[in-house]
Amino acid sequence: MTFFIALIPAIPLLGFLILALAGPGLSRRIAGYIGTGSVGISALLTLIAGAGFLNSLSQTRSYSVVLWEWVNSGNLKADIAFSLDSLSLVFCFVITFVGFLIHAYSVEFMSEDEGFSRFFAYMNLFVGSMLILVLADNILLLYLGWEGVGLCSYLLIGFWYKEPENGYAARKAFIITRIGDTAMIIGIFMLFVNFNTFRISDLMLQANEKWSAGSPVAVLTAALLLCGALGKSAQLPLQTWLPDAMAGPSPVSALIHAATMVTAGVYLIARNHVLFSLAPIVMSAIAVIGALTLLLAGFSALGQHDLKRILAYSTISQIGYMFLALGVGAWSAAIFHFMIHAFFKALLFLAGGAVILVLKEEHDIFKMGGLKKELPLIFLTFLAGSASLSALPLITAGFYSKDPILWFSFSSSTGSTWLWIAGITGAFLTTLYSFRLVFIAFYGETKIKPSFQPGKMMTVPLVILAVLSIAGGFIELPESLGNIHLFSSLVENTLPAVAVKETGGSEILFQLLSSVIVLSGIYIAYIIYLKKPAISESFKHSRISLFFEKGFGFDRLYDILFVKPAVWLSEIDKDDIFDWLNIGVSRLTLLGNRLLGITQNGKLRWYLMSITIGIAVILTYLVLK
Amino acid sequence: MILAYLIFILLAGALLALITGKRNDLWPRIISVTALGIDLILLIIFSFQATSSDNKWIIDLNCLWIAEFVISLHLALDGLSLVMLLLTFSLGIVSVVISWREINSKVGFFHFNLLLILAGITGVFLSLDLFLFYFFWEMMLVPMYFLIGIWGHENKTAASNKFFLYTQASGLLMLIAILALYFVHGNSTGTFTFDYNELIGTKMPAAKELLIMSGFLAAFLVKLPVVPLHNWLPDAHTEAPTAGSLILAALLLKTGAYGLLRFIVPIFPSASLTFAPFGMALGVLGILYGAKLAFAQTDLKRLVAYTSVSHMGFVILGVFAFNEIAYQGVVMQMIAHGISTGALFILVGQLYERIHTRDMNQMGGLWSKVPVMGAIGLIFSMASLGLPGLGNFIAELLTLLGVFKASILMSSLACLGLIAATIYSLRIVQKVFLGKSTRNWEIADLNLREKIVSAFLVLAIVVLGLYPRPVLNIAGPALLKTLDSFSQKLSDEQNRGNDQTKGNIISFYKASQLHNKN
Repeated sequence: MTFFIALIPAIPLLGFLILALAGPGLSRRIAGYIGTGSVGISALLTLIAGAGFLNSLSQTRSYSVVLWEWVNSGNLKADIAFSLDSLSLVFCFVITFVGFLIHAYSVEFMSEDEGFSRFFAYMNLFVGSMLILVLADNILLLYLGWEGVGLCSYLLIGFWYKEPENGYAARKAFIITRIGDTAMIIGIFMLFVNFNTFRISDLMLQANEKWSAGSPVAVLTAALLLCGALGKSAQLPLQTWLPDAMAGPSPVSALIHAATMVTAGVYLIARNHVLFSLAPIVMSAIAVIGALTLLLAGFSALGQHDLKRILAYSTISQIGYMFLALGVGAWSAAIFHFMIHAFFKALLFLAGGAVILVLKEEHDIFKMGGLKKELPLIFLTFLAGSASLSALPLITAGFYSKDPILWFSFSSSTGSTWLWIAGITGAFLTTLYSFRLVFIAFYGETKIKPSFQPGKMMTVPLVILAVLSIAGGFIELPESLGNIHLFSSLVENTLPAVAVKETGGSEILFQLLSSVIVLSGIYIAYIIYLKKPAISESFKHSRISLFFEKGFGFDRLYDILFVKPAVWLSEIDKDDIFDWLNIGVSRLTLLGNRLLGITQNGKLRWYLMSITIGIAVILTYLVLK
Repeated sequence: MILAYLIFILLAGALLALITGKRNDLWPRIISVTALGIDLILLIIFSFQATSSDNKWIIDLNCLWIAEFVISLHLALDGLSLVMLLLTFSLGIVSVVISWREINSKVGFFHFNLLLILAGITGVFLSLDLFLFYFFWEMMLVPMYFLIGIWGHENKTAASNKFFLYTQASGLLMLIAILALYFVHGNSTGTFTFDYNELIGTKMPAAKELLIMSGFLAAFLVKLPVVPLHNWLPDAHTEAPTAGSLILAALLLKTGAYGLLRFIVPIFPSASLTFAPFGMALGVLGILYGAKLAFAQTDLKRLVAYTSVSHMGFVILGVFAFNEIAYQGVVMQMIAHGISTGALFILVGQLYERIHTRDMNQMGGLWSKVPVMGAIGLIFSMASLGLPGLGNFIAELLTLLGVFKASILMSSLACLGLIAATIYSLRIVQKVFLGKSTRNWEIADLNLREKIVSAFLVLAIVVLGLYPRPVLNIAGPALLKTLDSFSQKLSDEQNRGNDQTKGNIISFYKASQLHNKN
């Protein structure tokens, strides 16, 4: 059992090593097998470990394995050690399975690319780092995975490195997330200085014992960790890197947005839920940030023309929902939405990537159209994804995962009407932008003919993901509809159940209301984007639409606030102001040289007079003394 | 005697290289590698003994040298010097190997100087007699001056002069301080000696202690270097030949750090405690200012040089935190920075050999031409920004965490350096290897010799990042010894009650000491 746990992250890392060292020498076939196979094996191992875990759930709730002692200095000890509980199991499952499908898809998607083996090397490293992150037994090892994920996102966003813009997007992602990470490492220091350990389970145990709820140190530490989560999960105010991150190949976007990276923040908060529960202010902040982000990203998505940018903003928005859920203490709802989101977002990016590929790198949805007839299978899967994203009632998994979040944002003991209003508005926006995309790109007249039809390696993963996006929700049904709680009963082995207000409303009423909103969203999208496109055309170029397109101008703001001053500061002092110390000394010496040089002029009269004056001065001094 | 052999072997190698170099270019290289190789093997044998002995000197050699002034040839090895010497000899070999094609003129004299510098460094890491220490300290200087001045790039003369003046002037201040210490100790105890173990117990009034310490500090801080005394470094690093830059960055700077740990802290505990807030502030200043300047450079080599200024800020920051974790971090930083920055200098040298420029605006898009070089550059840029899994992360983690215990503010400010490091490191990767190629360079990737060197360095930095235990274990007892004598002396002084106001601070540090041991 424990042996399998260690192998789960080890196999993709091994794949990375082989591809990195022998990559250029391998044929594409072999490189593809290694890249995809390693993640596949890891997925199988997760299944085996998961089965073992479920079998013995009544006895043990977590397994850990220590590989070797990593750092040991004074009282500081950290091991390379993994531990598996129901939370990390869910994450491992999503990372390896969705990751595997993305890898398989990439074999065909990237088949013409010159950096084929490099691509799979980075992808394997990405999956491996993410698995380390979710399996880490101590927070220092978690940080290792965390930074590894950051590195891989940098490498993959900038994968097509010849375009300077891609490099810019890649650096932006790395630097912005690193800003959050730096706050996070200070938070880790806080934890260590107080509890003298890095083991997450011990930390949580001690935090619970020694820190009272709402104490300043608990609030500060939780806030610092939250900064790390905000960076990785692209939440306000560190969200600006994600829309640009679509510069990488589409499978990379699928991996970043679905299985890895952006969900790391959700994991971090869930993993440290004991600490966060001790800081109610931070919890409220998480909920509010989530609510604001989901609205902001929802509006921004409406203004985009680029297919992948729409999806990118939708990710920010959906992660906002997860944060909202975390903030009101609906832990398992957040994790469930993470899983379902992984299915449909991977699907959307892969299907969208296929569209872009067959249209020869056309990203603008307004130049597409009528793809329903040209690419029927892609259309169907994309539609399934969009429906799930919009939380189409009853038949999609997205409904079953988003609905509890909306419900708990109101009914949780820390929920409020405002949070619910934000959530429901976001749900309307989500429907609007999803079906805007579907109606504009797939309906109407054909503008560009696809150059070819994608092959099986690409379509099979799409179909699998489409099935999961629709049917994946049936493992967790609300009390009003079926009352099945397979998922939450598993996750609640690790995470506490949500505390609900005594005077809650009726859940079914809320479900009805949100269903109506979603359906009306689809209808409005149908009217303004397909039936009477004049309506949408009229505000397409308006100021507000442009403002949405620019993501509320955050890039510009940060440019003025941070980038410009930093560049200015470095430019004015390129030659190092302290160097003037040296220049000053050498100038002073030269000056002294010249001054003294004057006295040595070779004129005998001058010398004689100097001597006389000197004697006179000395004599006067001696006499007067 | 074996410690003296370590130095003699290098000196003999230097002479042999000079003599054989008159006829043949190959012999000096072979002799240098052999001499360093023998030293390295000897040292590895010691390191197995190192783990068995605790808290004491592993090897101690003490014989009188100049009897009139009680100057002795006192060399001793403990965990700290052992680790530093392992770095010295292995990077020494690397520096010979990377000069194989680069240095073609006066090959014998080049290796003569190279081995002389390394002998000086070895002496510095081993000396326990302050006069002898000063002797070796100066011995590093002159051959390095030649190395830069003869085999350097365009502005070599100015750079070597600057280097010489800075180090010489600060070294003289140290000489004065050594003599002052000699007399203060002699006058108070009656025994005039330069011996470290004697001088470590010197009792002196606070003002005098501060004054004498500042003489030592001058030499060490210039060498480290600390902003604003760092200006010799970018020039010297940029103009030196690759081997020179490597030795400067990886080894010479470390003698300053070593001096702080070996001499400043144990001999002048209360003065260093007084200086600690300023020391930490200088460290933070160095980290941030060095990073800022690194970002502004267009000359790749100069950029890497400024990253050294930034990274060495962590060292001084850690030294003045006075706890075990920070000290382990300092030692790790010395090793990891030696390897990672050394590797970056080697990379710059390899690029310069191929495209004859260090201007980053002329580079760009080189990944497609030289992917292996690109990967190496990527790895060491990541090391430089402190990516977990590589040695520099452990160094920065331990340093920052140790400092965090002493001063939350300083540690948090220093953490900003992590962001700054990300920005300049990514700039290196982007400007050199990624983006559009500005000029169509047709260049060859690394050859076998270069690949072996790079692979060795990569392996070292990864092992340090994932399994740093050997270094921590070897250096640990020596660092504890330093801290023990530091806190011992402080509490003695406190008992004598000559400075009550300090009592609180001292007990705070003592508390953190005890805390560490638990």
